[in-house]
Amino acid sequence: MGHAPLNVSALRDRLHQLASREGITQWDLGASRSNSASVQVDRGEAKQLKASQRSSITVRVWNRDGLVGITSTSDLSDAGLEKALMGAHQASAFGNADDVPHFSPLAKAPTDPLDRPLKNSEGIQSLLKNLLEAEKELLSRHPAIETVPYNGLNEGSSERIYLNSDGALRQAQRTQASLYLFARAEEAGRKPRSGGAVRLALGSAELDLNGCIDEAAERTISHLNYKPIDTGRYLVCFTPEAFLDLIGSFSSMFNARAVLDGVSLSKADTIGQQLAVPFFNLIDNGLHPAHVGAMPFDGEGTPTRALRLIGDGRLESFLHSEATARAFGVQPTGHAGLGAKVSVGPDWFEVHRSEGATLPGDHLDHRTTSDSFVLIESLNALHAGVKASQGSFSLPFDGWLVNGGERISVEAATVAGDIRELLRSIVQIEADPIVTHEGVCPHVWVDGLAITGEA
Amino acid sequence: MQTNTISATGILNLDPSCTPWEQRLNTLLNAGLGAGADLVEVFLERTDHLGVLAEQDKITSVSPAFGMGAGIRVFRGVRDGFVSTNDLSDAGLAEALDQALAMLQLERSTLSGSSAFQGLSALKNFAATKHDWLDRTPNLDVITQRLLEGTQCLERLGQHLDVRRSSFSRDWQEVLVAASDGTFARDIRLHQSSGLSVLAADGDHRASIARRYGSTDKPNDLCDWAIEASAQEVCSSASTMLRADYVDGGQMPVVLANRFGGVIFHEACGHLLETTQIERGTTPFAECIGESIAHPAVTAIDEGLSDGAFGSLSMDDEGMEPQRTVLIEDGVLKRFISDRAGELRTGHARTGSGRRQSHGFAAASRMRNTYIAAGPHSINDLIGSVDRGLYCKSMGGGSVGPTGQFNFSVEEGYLIENGSLGKPVKGATLIGEAKEVMPRISMCADDLDLAAGYCGSVSGSVFVTVGQPHIKVDSITVGGR
Repeated sequence: MGHAPLNVSALRDRLHQLASREGITQWDLGASRSNSASVQVDRGEAKQLKASQRSSITVRVWNRDGLVGITSTSDLSDAGLEKALMGAHQASAFGNADDVPHFSPLAKAPTDPLDRPLKNSEGIQSLLKNLLEAEKELLSRHPAIETVPYNGLNEGSSERIYLNSDGALRQAQRTQASLYLFARAEEAGRKPRSGGAVRLALGSAELDLNGCIDEAAERTISHLNYKPIDTGRYLVCFTPEAFLDLIGSFSSMFNARAVLDGVSLSKADTIGQQLAVPFFNLIDNGLHPAHVGAMPFDGEGTPTRALRLIGDGRLESFLHSEATARAFGVQPTGHAGLGAKVSVGPDWFEVHRSEGATLPGDHLDHRTTSDSFVLIESLNALHAGVKASQGSFSLPFDGWLVNGGERISVEAATVAGDIRELLRSIVQIEADPIVTHEGVCPHVWVDGLAITGEA
Repeated sequence: MQTNTISATGILNLDPSCTPWEQRLNTLLNAGLGAGADLVEVFLERTDHLGVLAEQDKITSVSPAFGMGAGIRVFRGVRDGFVSTNDLSDAGLAEALDQALAMLQLERSTLSGSSAFQGLSALKNFAATKHDWLDRTPNLDVITQRLLEGTQCLERLGQHLDVRRSSFSRDWQEVLVAASDGTFARDIRLHQSSGLSVLAADGDHRASIARRYGSTDKPNDLCDWAIEASAQEVCSSASTMLRADYVDGGQMPVVLANRFGGVIFHEACGHLLETTQIERGTTPFAECIGESIAHPAVTAIDEGLSDGAFGSLSMDDEGMEPQRTVLIEDGVLKRFISDRAGELRTGHARTGSGRRQSHGFAAASRMRNTYIAAGPHSINDLIGSVDRGLYCKSMGGGSVGPTGQFNFSVEEGYLIENGSLGKPVKGATLIGEAKEVMPRISMCADDLDLAAGYCGSVSGSVFVTVGQPHIKVDSITVGGR
């Protein structure tokens, strides 16, 4: 699938030549290039077929005063490279003298091997055929499922490069495919309901189409029987996807850049403090075998690695770039982007319970418990309803009120709370971790969350 | 220091009067039709972006970017294939066309093959008077000075401010659109946005407040920005919300302020009036033209014409001049927002609303400046009519799902008790469904005002305006604690 790798040596030599001409002795470059093909269908017909070739580079230079400037472009030609270098040099006049990034000390360190074989593309007509069949199958699962308004099957390849004037040179390629199916169902006199599923794989031939259809159908059908819920406080069980979404929205708690900027709930001295119940563990593991989008290095060339963020409820580490690591006196962790102000972000979360721990809610199992609880399947509008710097959230959700094993879909409701209180109110982390497209997590139970409904 | 030289002016020009674009496009379009396509459209763009951030009293980020690319879309019947590329060479564009044709199982024989193509019409050059816009925008010296002025105003006017930020972004875009129906149009767009944000903290109390302002086609807008007034507004909100309690959730009447309060119509109804939603079967209003779908107090408009508004356009991304589209008049549905594909697939005539974030997206029917028209009431009339409810002074973002359920967050709220404003509250999220909520917008005040925003949807993130006067919703679910 995809294209021949970028000629990194030629790119490096050209940049070196241009930089020398301008008297620039320190520079680095991040580049990416991708090819993708995707299809969407609508009730048995192709709706849109799409392909793209994208490329981008970001050039960063240090000027004679040691200040840094960057410029990004989609033009990988010699002219584009020259223009980007000149632009970065000009922008460096406005670099922040108080926060000058350096090259990562790990930019030439060995990277861990990633077992991610590149997969061949199936071709857009094959994607179309498979998606049409998937849609047909999903529509056949229940008479109320009338459409699959949001669907897509995509395959593509991408490449990332990092190189610098100190001799670092990183290059990695990957292939990836995705399938999403979100069905809409409507019964006479009732409100429309929806449900969906997502699958990722290294190539489209490896996608679990049937699993995605089954899950989308099961979820959609399970929402047909719905009722409003009373406003109140509930025992809540988050599905792995919902919990990962929530913890991901508050990842600034673990982000050293956010800590330094004062927008994190954490402070530098929060390391070592008890953030969560003592049986809660959170690891950021960009190398996890199920992480289809894994890359062996970050935007600064630092190797990707697993990092324990919370161990037995205590905050153990922050995610770092080179600059934040230097400020904290630690090593970069492989979570940096590349920019005028280097961003930091998580890769792939793993949540699990402490081994041997006894939990207050050990009797709770979302499949078998007879207790009354709300099972939150997915959280919506995280971009609007999460106030990460305040710790609060108020989010619409899809889910069910479960009584004695009977599930009734919740018509329209929100769940609200404070992430710090939530982490201290976890009563159960089920034993079975589930691999999702965004991380690994068991079902997580929290007691006393506020839910507002229409009843 | 002048840094506008970090601009797209050094790369491939899209002006057909000084480059061979017309000939190249004629060749491409002819080849596409010759291969059996019903319609071929080429969208070319050059972009120049600058983002600058000031934090506390330092400039912490200057991020220039420039680029170019093409999107080629081929229609055959109601199906279409779309390919985007950064390669604007003859070979690159020909390869992209081939890919798009192949998606529809078409194949060209030679680039010079004959077809029914009649050639491009005379260029509609909306860019003719805009060539110097990029050079007329403030340089980095001025930008950084203005942003630092912003953070200093926040410092002077605010209390308990742990974080003070001021930001600016400038997006310059030159586009050239050509289609095998003869469409040939060029434009230059300039969107500039500036904003202030703070994080106030005192013990366990925290409040984050942000305001963003945006304009279209006003090169000197940053210099005209009333920074002190903006800072005063942000600091006042932060001070009020710092110790606000969380709202108790439930069903209640709400009064939504003007300007960004318009996000309720944008999310609750506007998206459902885009023809893309008819195509997906996700709007309950598909067959409701001429029917009452909202309270008679509601008249709603989508247009691309308001001078300087963030969603205004000289032409859409399919080369059509924007219209003023009355969507709802006195509660009755009048029109849908439509693009080329929407017209083809749903029969609703185009409204100059075909929009896309960049060449990487096919155009889709998207909102521009969308607002509820002013009504006859005063703000006091609205608040005075509520015994117990919520006043939403400032709104955050929102979204709408496949079943039409919408949501948006309230950044700054106040209880309404016995017809008067009460204590401030935070943490509210409003949810509902358009069919239920639109008939409950029962009162509109006389203070229509607009606010700039960004809308993310099927064709990427586009610049939009939302707006309304103060409105009253008789009952809605307010999510809280």
